[in-house]
Amino acid sequence: MSDVVLKVKSLKVYYSTLHGNVKAVDDVDFEIVRKEVLGIAGESGCGKSTLGNALILLKPPMRYHGGEAIMDEKNLMTLPKKEMRKVRYRKISIIPQYAMDALNPTKKIREIMQDLLKEHGENLEKKLDIVDERLQIVNLPKAVLNMYPVELSGGMKQRVVMVISTLLNPDLLIADEITSALDVSSQKAVVQMLHRMKEERIVGSIAFVTHDLAVLYQIAQRIMIMYAGKVAEISPTEKIVNQPLHPYTKMLMASLPKMGVRYNEIKLKGISGYPPNLLNIGPGCRFMGRCPFAFELCTKDPPLFDIDGRKVACWIYRSEGDEI
Amino acid sequence: MSLIEVKNLTKEFPLGFLGRIKLKAVDNVSFELDESKLISVIGESGSGKTTIGKLILRLLKPTGGQIIFNGKDIKSFKPKDYYRNVQGIFQDPYSSFNPVYKIDRIFELVFDEFMPQLHRNQRQKEIEEILISVGMNPSQILGKYPHQLSGGQLQRILIARTLLLKPKVLIADEIISMLDASTRVDILGFLGELKQKGMSVIFITHDLSFGYYISDETIILYKGSIMEMGDTIKVFHNPMHPYTRMLLESVPSIEKKWDLEKFFVPEIVHKEISGCKFYERCSEATDECKRQVPQLVEIEENHRVACIKSDVSVRTEWKNFESSRKSDSVG
Amino acid sequence: MTRKEFIYFILRNKKFVFSFCVLTFLAVLATFGPMLTPYDPLEFASFPYQPPNRDHWLGTNTFGQDLFTQLVYGLRSSLLVGLLGGGLATFIGLSIGFAAGYKGGWLDEFLMMLSNILMVLPTLALLIIIAAYLPYRGVAIQSVIIGFTAWPWTARAVRAQTMTLKTREFVDLARITGCNNLKIIWQEIMPNMMSYVFMVFILQFGGAILAATGLDFIGLGPTRGISLGIMMQQATLWSAIQLGMWWWAITPGAVITLIVASLYIMNTGLDEIFNPRLREL
Repeated sequence: MSDVVLKVKSLKVYYSTLHGNVKAVDDVDFEIVRKEVLGIAGESGCGKSTLGNALILLKPPMRYHGGEAIMDEKNLMTLPKKEMRKVRYRKISIIPQYAMDALNPTKKIREIMQDLLKEHGENLEKKLDIVDERLQIVNLPKAVLNMYPVELSGGMKQRVVMVISTLLNPDLLIADEITSALDVSSQKAVVQMLHRMKEERIVGSIAFVTHDLAVLYQIAQRIMIMYAGKVAEISPTEKIVNQPLHPYTKMLMASLPKMGVRYNEIKLKGISGYPPNLLNIGPGCRFMGRCPFAFELCTKDPPLFDIDGRKVACWIYRSEGDEI
Repeated sequence: MSLIEVKNLTKEFPLGFLGRIKLKAVDNVSFELDESKLISVIGESGSGKTTIGKLILRLLKPTGGQIIFNGKDIKSFKPKDYYRNVQGIFQDPYSSFNPVYKIDRIFELVFDEFMPQLHRNQRQKEIEEILISVGMNPSQILGKYPHQLSGGQLQRILIARTLLLKPKVLIADEIISMLDASTRVDILGFLGELKQKGMSVIFITHDLSFGYYISDETIILYKGSIMEMGDTIKVFHNPMHPYTRMLLESVPSIEKKWDLEKFFVPEIVHKEISGCKFYERCSEATDECKRQVPQLVEIEENHRVACIKSDVSVRTEWKNFESSRKSDSVG
Repeated sequence: MTRKEFIYFILRNKKFVFSFCVLTFLAVLATFGPMLTPYDPLEFASFPYQPPNRDHWLGTNTFGQDLFTQLVYGLRSSLLVGLLGGGLATFIGLSIGFAAGYKGGWLDEFLMMLSNILMVLPTLALLIIIAAYLPYRGVAIQSVIIGFTAWPWTARAVRAQTMTLKTREFVDLARITGCNNLKIIWQEIMPNMMSYVFMVFILQFGGAILAATGLDFIGLGPTRGISLGIMMQQATLWSAIQLGMWWWAITPGAVITLIVASLYIMNTGLDEIFNPRLREL
């Protein structure tokens, strides 16, 4: 058995609109290995959430335009609906961004769990002990099983969804912006809960999608930075934070506030300009317009260069022998 | 004399059947804002920080207490006289623009209401100058609809709108929380520039790190009450309230890692108690905290804390934590 | 949605295009129809009991009146009632809905109480009582009566929408720009519900026509003149069906059905155009 849980190769997922395709995920390559937390970070509209959601359920206006996402030697993108149903929750699962709205309001939490288990040929009654254990991990009383979603607060609902999503011990869990709407103290708690779920082998690997690099720094072993539908850089967390390669990562890290840095003494700089419109976008590095290092080569799509096991999509890192 | 003085401000919202239950969103809050100062009001959701902003902007009426501007109660001003001096920018840039109009309208409204005599050409010239001053290209912005621009661009336009009015006070309510990381510091930088031009700014935020970066003074709110306030450096480098310390420990940062093993309980069922509001979440609470409402006490110059335990022993404990953290980030 | 996209979606929507054509045809008929006919709707034109023929396109009735003439004049008054009555109901509903939703508090409670009372009162009975007491009844008065009784559900819906729009930050921004409440409602809130207002008007328009027909049919129509409802009433009174005069019995009812059905089809069409979730790509 290989160590790679999910291998994504030149995946393209576009949104079809009246005016053409919005290339939200365009030629994306990465892999997630066993027991790893991979952070997927980027600005809004960079395709990180589209990527996470497309792996679970491709629904219009999202459209698959090529490439593959291999899990257990099967391409999730082309798997028939019926088979994908079996894979979902058991192999790959998601905690959606709006977890609060993901629960059917007419059913008790117990019934929602029962439905899910039944679909996968299991029974809630036999699993009650496990459910109980997991509710403890997310700090919820057993009584929530007999409650309707409306009886729970937003934070509680999110934690219920955490339990439901991981009920079948998925090999890969996608956590989509689960800390974004929370206060700092709850952010920490949710990250701790995920960590514990991984430690107790409830989930195998985690793809943690967020725009908040500071949160990723706490839990991720590697971070993939996305920009405008493409991968900019994939590196170990420490490297991303301390020795970023891609100009975008560099500028992003420099713009984050730090202890001891105050406006009156040191002025931080953001990245001027805005991401390009992804509608019918042509070739060329998509960061070119905002990049201080841009040069002639940047009008061509940069490939993912391999630098000491790190991946970076920037022409600066081409080596002598590279064909251009 | 301070520019804005908030005195024992209280706001209750009716809840439940016929409003019989009252929610105290803001509870006896007092602070002052001097000229050319940037003060950040920091709190989690439900702390009442946005309500304070709305009260100062007269979008809500206080239940009790007073807000004084330039020595007079803000109730006594005519709306236009007041809003010429006190302005606001809100959290959601997309919701701040009426989707049916082009963005130019945001400036036209200001001209119509405050400078109706200004001629068309003159208006156009001023709009263009002001857009350039916030680093935008007028020809790329004017004539567009809000949905065609990004959140960062819209927030810049709202800063430009404020510049057009040149108020004395600006309430900036979570203005960067919906923006991308790469544009946040730039937008925040404008607040700093406004301050240097003599404007006073109240920066309302849940993000401690940005509050630390930009503000001269800090107010930490919890459930409508001030827990700790004073000089930003003093509050952040010498936090005296357990709540402030808890916030500082849990704020995610690329400089220190959380202890993921040490579990802690986030949500506690709300119970009405007569003492300190932070009692049920406080790890250092004693029985006395349950009974006694702590008052804001000045513990050093321009640094006040509402905790009956703000004594020397706590201070040394934090110092140890701080130094251990520094060695962590070095290693 | 830009104007170009809007026109694209409108032209692509078969329901809208169909109903729009039908209604335009009827409106043109009501406007110019009276010029096509040499007769007066209430005067003797020719032999009675004539089925449709070259001189009398829709035949004549028991009194020798030309039915095509009656139809175009009746169409005129029916559409007028729809326009005036539906317009008035929409206007009152909007005003009350805006006031209640924007101001809130005791004003909201009072206005909603008023609308609740009107909603539970049997409207037709009320209309009968009011209409019966009036010595003279014309299209205008009929419209006013209908307008003043049909607004409550519009008011409720507008109130609900206003309450959600009120919380949007552009309303706060307009307030701190010093705009007064009327300007905020008129320029900030209402433009955001134009599509909704338009659909409400269409429904009120159809509702007013049906209500007027109901009044006419029970003999409380205009004291002078003709309407589609009065045509139906006379056809029934003089046993058109029993006498086999299908041209008299069916035509007015069919036209009313056509108007109201077109309006409802137009409404669902517009719903598909305005609502991106129902819109197909």
